Amino acid sequence: MPVTISVRDLRKRYGDVAAVDGVSLEVEQGEFFGILGPNGAGKTTTLEIIEGLRQPDSGDVTVLGQRAWPRNPELLPRIGVQLQASSFFERLSAREQIRTFASLYEVSAKRADEMLETVGLTEQAGIRTEKLSGGQKQRLSIACALVHNPELLFLDEPTGALDPQARRNLWDLLAQIASSGRTVVLTTHHMDEAETLCDRVAIMDHGKILKAGPPAALVRELDQPLRISVQSGLIPADQASKFSGEQATDDGVSLTIATTQPARVLAGLADRDALAGLRVQGATLEDVFLSLTGREYRA
Amino acid sequence: MKLASLSRAMFLGFVRDRAAVIFSILLPVLFLLFFGTIYKTGNAPKISLIAVGQVSLIREARAADPGGLGKIMTLTASRSLPAALAAVRKGTDDGVVLQHGNTVVLRYSIADQTKAGIVQSVIGSIVQTANQAGQRPTYTFTASQVQDKTLKSIQYFTPGLLAWALASGGAFGSAITLVSWRQNKLLRRLRLAPVGTGAIVAARIGISVAIGLVQMAVFFGIATLPYFGLKLTYAWYMAVPLVVCGILAFMSIGLLVGAVAKTQQAASSIVNLVIMPMAFLGGAFLPLDFAPAWVRDVSYAMPLSYLVNAMQDVMARGEGPAAALPAIGVLLGFTLVLSFIAVRVFRWDDV
Repeated sequence: MPVTISVRDLRKRYGDVAAVDGVSLEVEQGEFFGILGPNGAGKTTTLEIIEGLRQPDSGDVTVLGQRAWPRNPELLPRIGVQLQASSFFERLSAREQIRTFASLYEVSAKRADEMLETVGLTEQAGIRTEKLSGGQKQRLSIACALVHNPELLFLDEPTGALDPQARRNLWDLLAQIASSGRTVVLTTHHMDEAETLCDRVAIMDHGKILKAGPPAALVRELDQPLRISVQSGLIPADQASKFSGEQATDDGVSLTIATTQPARVLAGLADRDALAGLRVQGATLEDVFLSLTGREYRA
Repeated sequence: MKLASLSRAMFLGFVRDRAAVIFSILLPVLFLLFFGTIYKTGNAPKISLIAVGQVSLIREARAADPGGLGKIMTLTASRSLPAALAAVRKGTDDGVVLQHGNTVVLRYSIADQTKAGIVQSVIGSIVQTANQAGQRPTYTFTASQVQDKTLKSIQYFTPGLLAWALASGGAFGSAITLVSWRQNKLLRRLRLAPVGTGAIVAARIGISVAIGLVQMAVFFGIATLPYFGLKLTYAWYMAVPLVVCGILAFMSIGLLVGAVAKTQQAASSIVNLVIMPMAFLGGAFLPLDFAPAWVRDVSYAMPLSYLVNAMQDVMARGEGPAAALPAIGVLLGFTLVLSFIAVRVFRWDDV
């Protein structure tokens, strides 16, 4: 796969703070790449340097085979950006907004209206952006970033300020965008979002990338026990402990067994017809973060 | 195409902002109403007259009362009536007196209504006193304005108020746009779009100039109503290039403020802090004739005072169109200097 973004040993300091402290990463064409980490980890600064908005103190950035800094007019039509805040012209309707952006990229108003439909805002086209909900604003902002059909899309915390329902709605849209084959780079502080959407994630903290890889691979590497639980009262806890060879606990609601050999436990439960309310929980990216930093993940 | 759509976006942003429209169009019109209705100044200034030829009556009356008339009136002699009238027209002197036999003639300027009134009443009372002393009417008194008799003081304060309206509108418009675009990161978003800074600046200038010309049209339209009685005479059309250059100068103030200020509140406070004193010290509301010398000195540093003066020159004082040129030069020079500084301190974002 051709490399879309190549970053080598990127550094950026603000006074005493090393916002980006030696970041290297590669993003391949067509990948949905996530930069994941708590607030203040340096995700946005890294993204802004890759976009060409900021000059790094040191390090190399190549985007689509070109330099990003200083402002590279050849690169601009090939990338789409959605910044953290909703960056709109004041007092324009959704349609006027996206048509204005479209004309900056010499794209037709028709294409702009189609994009509005893609993100499901046709009904809100006449409403001023100030009056749109948080989720609608984000959709519009993504539509504005996509209106010129860029090869590479940057999304900075697209679900940052949204409620859980609106977040999940937006995930559908993002998954749809990713399936169109373009490369997407997203920053987020939501672990579940990265796990759901991204082909590959880089976990960042204190300006450094701690680990990068496909979310499932990162979790698997942890080799943490699975937590298997069934409804309480189906079988006694000591019996479960005996056949599984693991400690089983019953809190009166669920009977839970933590194991690295799920086949044996599940077979044992099935033999005893004790699978009602079965849940199997594996480790998550939060556990990966915990094991990498030694502290709980706090977004 | 890009320029047009940027301009359109900015234009819609302005006309849909009711507060901004009220502030830039209606408020100045209210001021016009207010000034037009109760225009007066409370000063009792000294008057300076030019005597052309022998004006024995006035000279003797002044000599006879050094503590009274002598204190409020200066009298200089001149041989040339046209030169004396020109001095009055320019506002250097307040009136010309002549005496044809028993008729005392006063020519005065309406530029300052207060002074016009004082001049008339002082000369009138000298004539009356002389007549009473002589028991029967010996002298007659005629007074006439130097300028077009229909010209009123509105010719003077319309330019002042318009200049203030343009200054507020131009400076606020560019300062607030710059700060709010930086705050909502639209500036950076535009930086990542294939559109040059030149197009963005050109669109903003175009819109500000258009808004300013609309302000001028509305203002002149209302001021020429019979109630106010503004006359578009002399080289008034020179007010158009003056207004355009004035807007550029005020925008450059706004650009500098917008480059420095971090929040919209800070930007509007700073603009107010700059524009209000400039309006007063630049003579937008009150003529500076009676102001202390230091105020007049300070006014030379105010772009607004050049705009006001030049508009008064071409709209009220009857000077030719060329009278506007020095002011245009000063305003453009001011714009260049401030824009240069603004570009140096400009930031794309807050970090």
